[in-house]
Amino acid sequence: MAIDKLILIWQSFPSLLRGTLVTIELTAGFLGLGLIVGIPLAFGGVYGNKFIAVTIISPFVKVFRAIPALVLLFLFFFGSASFGIEMSAFTAAILAIGFRSAAYQSQIFRGAIQSIGVGQMMAARSIGMSKLKAIQHIILPQALRLSIPPWTNEYAGILKDSSLAYAVGVTELMRQGRYIVARTFGNALLVYLVCAVIYFVLVYTGNKLLGLLEEKYKIPGYEVKKGARKVLERI
Amino acid sequence: MSEMILKVEDIHKNYRELEVLKGISFEVKRGETKVVIGPSGTGKSTLLRCINQLTPPDKGRVWLDGVKITDPKVDINKIRSSIGMVFQDFNLFAHLTALNNVRIGLMKVKEMEKREATDLAMEELRRVGLGDKTSSYPAELSGGQQQRVSIARALAMNPKLILFDEPTSALDPELIGEVLEVMINLAKEGMTMLVVSHEMGFARSVANEIIFMEHGVIIEEGAPQQLFTKPKHKRTGEFLHKITELYGESGK
Repeated sequence: MAIDKLILIWQSFPSLLRGTLVTIELTAGFLGLGLIVGIPLAFGGVYGNKFIAVTIISPFVKVFRAIPALVLLFLFFFGSASFGIEMSAFTAAILAIGFRSAAYQSQIFRGAIQSIGVGQMMAARSIGMSKLKAIQHIILPQALRLSIPPWTNEYAGILKDSSLAYAVGVTELMRQGRYIVARTFGNALLVYLVCAVIYFVLVYTGNKLLGLLEEKYKIPGYEVKKGARKVLERI
Repeated sequence: MSEMILKVEDIHKNYRELEVLKGISFEVKRGETKVVIGPSGTGKSTLLRCINQLTPPDKGRVWLDGVKITDPKVDINKIRSSIGMVFQDFNLFAHLTALNNVRIGLMKVKEMEKREATDLAMEELRRVGLGDKTSSYPAELSGGQQQRVSIARALAMNPKLILFDEPTSALDPELIGEVLEVMINLAKEGMTMLVVSHEMGFARSVANEIIFMEHGVIIEEGAPQQLFTKPKHKRTGEFLHKITELYGESGK
């Protein structure tokens, strides 16, 4: 009996692995699009033209944060067809969840930017940097560092959200799992457990890597020192 | 040596209904050190920021070395690169080492080659006595050291004028001296400086002229000796007396 199960897992592994790869691709796409759109949204919101902030940025963020991911997925996938746009389920998923992630990520970056003292911008402008140069060389490098810890959360959330792409037919990890469960009999618990373990490993590894990134780019003198941590524990 | 570097004419600045500056005019000649004093909330910092246009004035004109910099057609970034500014709370770029803090303006604004910029930055850091701290980050430096790095950052751009906005007000008393020493040396070397400060000792010994401001206007302007011994206005005397009592004369 146990041997049967082991053989099943062994045989399912290639398809689960293919699903895992698609899950990773989806996650990379979501986060990538979210990053590329989210950073300008954040800077536009803080430093940009007020009119654009009010008419474009703020509504975009509000809308994409207020609608459930599944609804967005359906809107992009089925909705695009109504406009005569041919879009694969994968592309629709990337756009729907990617823009949603952009809305969330923009808030991560906005918080980080706003926690940087105005003096940094003022000092940069005072030596003759344009606003854009000041953002590029002074504000962005600091904001990105401050964003890593909350961004780790976004990574974990988005990776798990990729399983929703199942609903529009993307053959990611969950759908591969579902196929195996449908092909065989009475293995639902086992197969979904394996999927769960794979998700866990992906999230855990990603968080570890982001932790290393945080460590690598931390600003000396700013980290919580060992002594300080002891003090914090006592009070 | 008496040519005009800075000319400020009739500067007005309002924050909503509050009129912070009510028509300020004065001049600074090349190589001169002028110290602006006055009670807090008088608009001294606003005045400095109106000069390099970090806070654009509502009305009035500013000339730097003959160029009218309040003209909307001038490239204000270029102008700012020739006006140094030193802030009360240093405002060093937190993610950059001391060397990079001094070097970044040279590389990104003046588009200097890295090697050349490094040599110049090192030289300026040595000039403020921090040749051994080049690879330290701001958070690893004392307040006095940070302020000296920020002076080096201003100096590296080879400015025509440096604005100091209460450069020692955020420092522990025992750290004030090292910053004032750097400033005194700069004054001796002929750097043109406009300093907002409560350091009466510094003002008295270094300033060519003191400007006393209150409620957004200049009450009195003159040589330190004259302001300290026979001020024209009663209020000037009162203020100088109070501030000297409060802060002492740690500048000298």
